[in-house]
Amino acid sequence: MSVRIRPLLKRDLTRLLLGGRGGGALLPILFFLSVAMLYPFAVGPDAPLLARTGGGVIWVAALLAAILPLDRLVEPDIEMGLFDQWALRGISEELVIAVRVLAHWLSFGPPLMLAALPAAALLGLDGQRLMLVEIGLLAGTPGLAALGVTVAALTAGLRGGAALGGLLMIPMAVPVLIFGAGSLGSGGTGGLALTAAASLVLLAIAPFASGAAIRAARG
Amino acid sequence: MQGASIAIDDLACRRGDRLLFRGVSLRLDAGEALQVTGRNGIGKSSLLRILAGLAPAFSGAVTTAGSIGLVDERPALDPGWTLGSALAFWQQMDGNGEDRHMARLGLSGLLDVPVRYLSTGQKKRAALARLLGQDARIWLLDEPLNGLDSHAVALVEALAAEHCSKGGIAVIASHQPFALPGMATLALAEHAA
Repeated sequence: MSVRIRPLLKRDLTRLLLGGRGGGALLPILFFLSVAMLYPFAVGPDAPLLARTGGGVIWVAALLAAILPLDRLVEPDIEMGLFDQWALRGISEELVIAVRVLAHWLSFGPPLMLAALPAAALLGLDGQRLMLVEIGLLAGTPGLAALGVTVAALTAGLRGGAALGGLLMIPMAVPVLIFGAGSLGSGGTGGLALTAAASLVLLAIAPFASGAAIRAARG
Repeated sequence: MQGASIAIDDLACRRGDRLLFRGVSLRLDAGEALQVTGRNGIGKSSLLRILAGLAPAFSGAVTTAGSIGLVDERPALDPGWTLGSALAFWQQMDGNGEDRHMARLGLSGLLDVPVRYLSTGQKKRAALARLLGQDARIWLLDEPLNGLDSHAVALVEALAAEHCSKGGIAVIASHQPFALPGMATLALAEHAA
């Protein structure tokens, strides 16, 4: 089986990280940075206010950036017949999705954590808050990646699937967002632990929910 | 390649609210081939998808033994990739490092061309290369001759004949004539609901 996971992961990483026509991992990161850059323009140069609210802005920007690649996570492979070809070879949708969640996180989580450094500088966050943001993103982005793939599988093939996907993803990401951004206010580890817990639940559900959705849509 | 077989028992297929065909029963054993004929929309592709296990039967049963390879209108190759790397992906998935079929299929000179620049016939030949690399016992070919020139048509017919002579099964859904010695024919119109 490991023989098959490696080419799957390699293909997913090539497509999601480098992109090609889809734009790869760079576009969501630039989007994330531009949101973080716009915020000080919108609220004005009030340094204490920016430092107090900046962490939350980074979280909201991360969530919005996670929505951008939704439409190319699952749908193209269904349209091109790849899932059918995998099924004929006895490769389950669950395995493909589990690999895809990993590849999606790799192309989105670590770059986002890197981009959070300049974003924190733009918003004037101090070192301690930046640390909380980074640990929170490490705990939360796997959940966002799993959620993104699940929503992409659920909405694949629907008319207006991309817009619907964004609409579905936002409420489902609320637990990750509340605990992740909430840890900034409380400053404790409780919020971070709950963020990680929410992520783990999403990671555990993603392959099975997505696999069922892809099979149901096949009909 | 032994033990390949397909058994269809009183199969009916429904698509949406319409019953497409019913009462289809047949059996194919190793080395046999079947052409499914009928007008557009009569359910040829649906029958192949049911045989592949990708679509549910409305009633009746299908039993297959042996690995299944499917070629339909989607080549399942990444359009942005070069033909060489797109086919290499499937070679790795199938654990099959050789590309001994490229020259025969006339693809050797196209390996550096992105898949989306290939013509319909070239994509069809690429899909056949993917099928050959899979080493499946049962071939399900959905309109395999679409977009092929007469030379390539003869090649596909020869490949199917070789496959059957090695004990494989070929099921070909096509409204075009397909020359294969000893091939049975299933006219779906006789089973139309």
